[in-house]
Amino acid sequence: MPFGNTHNNFKLNYKVEEEFPDLSKHNNHMAKVLTKEIYTKLRDKQTPTGFTVDDVIQTGVDNPGHPYIMTVGCVAGDEESYEVFKDLLDPIISDRHGGYKATDKHKTDLNFENLKGGDDLDPNYVLSSRVRTGRSIKGYALPPHNSRGERRAVEKLSVEALNILDGEFKGKYYPLKSMTDAEQEQLIADHFLFDKPISPLLLAAGMARDWPDARGIWHNENKTFLVWVNEEDHLRVISMQKGGNMKEVFRRFCVGLQKIEETFKKHNHGFMWNEHLGFVLTCPSNLGTGLRGGVHVKLPKLSTHAKFEEILTRLRLQKRGTGGVDTASVGGVFDISNADRLGSSEVEQVQCVVDGVKLMVEMEKKLEKGESIDSMIPAQK
Amino acid sequence: PFGNSHNQLKMKYSTEQEYPDLSKHNNHMAKVLTPAIYEKLRSKQTPSGFTVDDVIQTGIDNPGHPFIMTVGCVAGDEETYAVFKELLDPVIQERHGGYKPSDKHKTDLNPNNLKGGDDLDSNYVLSSRVRTGRSIRGFCLPPHCSRGERRAIENLSVEALGALTGDLKGKYYALKNMTEAEQQQLIDDHFLFDKPVSPLLLASGMGRDWPDARGIWHNDNKTFLVWVNEEDHLRVISMQKGGNMREVFNRFCTGLTKIEELFKNKKHQFMWNEHLGYILTCPSNLGTGLRAGVHVKLPNLSKNNKFEDVLKRLRLQKRGTGGVDTAAVGGVFDISNADRLGFSEVELMQMVVDGVRLLIEMEKQLEKGQSIDDLMPAQK
Repeated sequence: MPFGNTHNNFKLNYKVEEEFPDLSKHNNHMAKVLTKEIYTKLRDKQTPTGFTVDDVIQTGVDNPGHPYIMTVGCVAGDEESYEVFKDLLDPIISDRHGGYKATDKHKTDLNFENLKGGDDLDPNYVLSSRVRTGRSIKGYALPPHNSRGERRAVEKLSVEALNILDGEFKGKYYPLKSMTDAEQEQLIADHFLFDKPISPLLLAAGMARDWPDARGIWHNENKTFLVWVNEEDHLRVISMQKGGNMKEVFRRFCVGLQKIEETFKKHNHGFMWNEHLGFVLTCPSNLGTGLRGGVHVKLPKLSTHAKFEEILTRLRLQKRGTGGVDTASVGGVFDISNADRLGSSEVEQVQCVVDGVKLMVEMEKKLEKGESIDSMIPAQK
Repeated sequence: PFGNSHNQLKMKYSTEQEYPDLSKHNNHMAKVLTPAIYEKLRSKQTPSGFTVDDVIQTGIDNPGHPFIMTVGCVAGDEETYAVFKELLDPVIQERHGGYKPSDKHKTDLNPNNLKGGDDLDSNYVLSSRVRTGRSIRGFCLPPHCSRGERRAIENLSVEALGALTGDLKGKYYALKNMTEAEQQQLIDDHFLFDKPVSPLLLASGMGRDWPDARGIWHNDNKTFLVWVNEEDHLRVISMQKGGNMREVFNRFCTGLTKIEELFKNKKHQFMWNEHLGYILTCPSNLGTGLRAGVHVKLPNLSKNNKFEDVLKRLRLQKRGTGGVDTAAVGGVFDISNADRLGFSEVELMQMVVDGVRLLIEMEKQLEKGQSIDDLMPAQK
């Protein structure tokens, strides 16, 4: 398990053929990319904190994947993982993020004023709006690899930063390990509480170690701005509310994030970011913006239309059930969100959601009237 | 270049910052690990790089149960027990009835030293079984080994087992190549082991790379079975229907001794020392690593209010017939030795044989409506 990598030295006594994982039954990005040549090149390397290529790929070795869902199959243990193991991670990033090249630059735009519209999605159809992202704190190892001391330091810094927030952001921190029963019930009722990870993908990567130490939930009094500390990433930041005012959700998201970032910078701990990968997070699938902006929207007719999938693809959107990833939709209500994370900015991705959802609600209305939507099919974005 | 980098980075944090929160924990590790011990051990590592945090991770992640005392720590290699002895000696002492760091453990795998055991009443004793584990010196243990090491263990084991003859002659079924038919047969025989789902095992890293280099070997008669790379390098099991524990133990000792010879021919020994006996992944299995038991019908005795006391005096423990943590079904219990360390294999077998014989006598008395008071044994 993660901490000692003297053992990596021992492993070099074995040939590549002897150490190379059996990926014959695997279907994830890591398994598609990792060749013996790449493994040979990377096996004697380590990041400054001692993360090795076997640490990167363990979750993908232990979780072969599903024939229809392509999981990533690797994680970063620290910021440097993306550099030290780029021979493996660059191709994975390219596969996962639509051909993103090692030389590409990612643009960050958290200026909510650049979003056009988004305050008038029809609340008869759009039940709720939400934007989430993750942030990693520079100088600390990531959840697969960090020690208790590091995790507690991340918690301490985060709570300090969050406690400074005022006005609409004023709130309270609930550490998982000292939660009262009453607090726990309330957080469950609000759908805020996160439980110990049971997903084998997360467990195999070591993210549940020492649970629930230094994990917690912070939210503002209005319950519209929520931060998870030390779950899958150092921080997960969520802005949400009922109805279709995505503009307001995004405004709160950007303002809150920037206030939090300021406080971290004052303590000489900015967020992990670079101009190639944008915000650096544990899972390569969340690089770039780490942003998933979405709505719960009623599309009972459109969702049964033959062109539904095609429309989503063209709009660069994806659908999920309202329980989140891998759940089924209930009552024709879908979770519709941006498909991209890397290579487009936050504003661009939320714009896709706003424009795309507006279009789909119009299509739904047409179908309700028994009219065709053929003239409305969009071009590929 | 390959120092234990992250362990060194951790040293930048104080002991208080790194010491785990064990306030809700009830396992042997949590009872023993003080900040002072943690401080002493946190800068150390074994030659293969196993650290104290690696040892204790499973005990932190699994606080335990109010009624069952789990061990809460594992070894990553043979040297773990020496490098981290300030932690493991007290854990061993608590778990193994006061066994001291200066105590010596005796190994006795001579089946001729067992008295009796071939005549347990098969109207009561449904089946007999003996199991133990073995670790191959020079390799890391399941929480820590690499794929290359695990495969090397598998190769060595399959070669050694392939050389067995006579009634021990058998076949190896690698988990990853198993056909559907083979899998179904092994399930029907109750031989197949599945990927560990126990959080105790998963938290210590024993599920990594599953099912690579894991497999089951058994002889043609299905009375001698070896698991490769499950919780230990090897788990060796001898079993059969009925109450002839003597025969089960004979086969067990003969098989084990032959396997050990075959490994020695390839210049590999089992991990063993005169203080801890056989070295296994979990401290609870040190010494003999032996659990010898029977499935026995004791519907009357098991309801008697002296049952627990009788077992304790005989140094036996009960389980349901599904194994540890299962409930008894139809008055049938799994009765086995409670001890592992500080007694030899023969001594533990003798306790089971003598103890089960007595339990059956008691059952028969209770069937006749008679008292068992005069049969109560002294504390062994």
